[in-house]
Amino acid sequence: MTILKSFLVAVAVLFGTATADAQTYPKFTGLVVDAANVLPPATEADLNAKLEALQKDTKRQLVVATIPSLEGRELEEYGVGLGRAWGVGLKDVNNGAILFIAPNEPKGHRGPRIEVGYGLEPFLTDAFTGRVIREQMIPKLSQSGDIPGAMEAGTDALIKQLRASPEEAKAETDAAAAAFDRTHRRATGGGFPIGMVFWGLVIGFVLLTAMRRRGGGGGSGGGEQRYRSGIAPAILWGAALSEWGNRTGGGSGGGWGVGGGGSDGGSDGSWGGGGFTGGGGGSFGGGGASGDW
Amino acid sequence: MNYRTLFVASAGLALSASLSGCGLNSVPTQEENAKAKWADVENYYQRRADLIPNLVATVKAAGAQEKSILVEVTQARAGANAVKLSADQLNDPAKVAAYEKAQSNVTLSLQRLQEAYPELKSQANYATLMDQLEGTENRISTARHDYNGAVQSYNTTIRTFPDAIGAKVIYGAKPLVPFKATTPGAEAAPTVNFGNGN
Repeated sequence: MTILKSFLVAVAVLFGTATADAQTYPKFTGLVVDAANVLPPATEADLNAKLEALQKDTKRQLVVATIPSLEGRELEEYGVGLGRAWGVGLKDVNNGAILFIAPNEPKGHRGPRIEVGYGLEPFLTDAFTGRVIREQMIPKLSQSGDIPGAMEAGTDALIKQLRASPEEAKAETDAAAAAFDRTHRRATGGGFPIGMVFWGLVIGFVLLTAMRRRGGGGGSGGGEQRYRSGIAPAILWGAALSEWGNRTGGGSGGGWGVGGGGSDGGSDGSWGGGGFTGGGGGSFGGGGASGDW
Repeated sequence: MNYRTLFVASAGLALSASLSGCGLNSVPTQEENAKAKWADVENYYQRRADLIPNLVATVKAAGAQEKSILVEVTQARAGANAVKLSADQLNDPAKVAAYEKAQSNVTLSLQRLQEAYPELKSQANYATLMDQLEGTENRISTARHDYNGAVQSYNTTIRTFPDAIGAKVIYGAKPLVPFKATTPGAEAAPTVNFGNGN
């Protein structure tokens, strides 16, 4: 029956593809997204702590979600779309995974499903994720409809595997995390706003040059050709300096509108700094397994 | 003197700007992107083909009664392996359709196999193989979706001005063929019925 399902997914995807991408997904507000409101706060907090610790320690991002409605899409198709929309995992390394369930959907369409990013496919194989669902989650769901318990059990099994499995190309992961940090790291505490200082210099340069030209325009005459391009170097230098300032100043220039995410205690917004960072632009290819209860 | 150099400079600038907009770069880039996505699709189809002998062996070992279905699966797989489609043939609708047909034969035969042996689901080996097979089918779906997206992008590029100039004049680009389902009856909206025998 499930091959039939997959085949129908393929057909549905082919026919629904062209321009029908008005798919909406819940907002990516944390590593636990309980959009269907079936997890009690204690479970949410517990899962959140474990998942944040996992990202901090291994740089791998595992997200747990409950979805109120699949909006007519199949589970597998929804999973890939969700993963790509949220960008779970780091860009290019794609080390993200999502464990989600859609409890309001009819039997056969409600999951649970573990959607695995390209980079984690060697560690969370189809066989492994299928086993986790069958052995850890389905018994709890079939016997007592215990969604929180099942999600906890599934998450624990996945975290155990993700902590135990060898690291994928460490250099690439570190580079991708560093790239993320450059654009997302917030200043800690009372950082000196170096970015603002440099932007101030740029504007100062521009204004000064403009005023100087206007003031000295009367006496320039024929030999002042070198002032004709006075503004351009100032702007270029200002931009270069501010860019350099952003890089070395710990990105406090990032206060210029980046911020975002929740302000968790002490985290600085970097990928491995603890706390919620949002997605890193990771992509998904359809790997993983689904279950049914 | 000043005006002349200014004119030459701006003419040169305009020329290079228009050349870069002529599809010199965008057409091959898009084509290579589509071919790369195609390579993914082919890769996953191959992966599926590799899983099948294992599956057939497992079902046989579990004491399958109806040998005809296993033969059908094996033959469908052999048929799919015999139909090759290289990246250069992606603009030939007939070849793409033939490839698609061979692959959907495999899909249908696997589906029939699963329906024939529902009791095997409780077997660990079989369940694992089914997980892998489903995962591969899912990857195939996603890869085809991505390929179709890349094809749409490329076909649009070679038809719109100004890239159409470079496409026709320099590259002689032909549109690529997206994946369409060729199984008869696939046009009907699929009715999904998950009865108790799931």
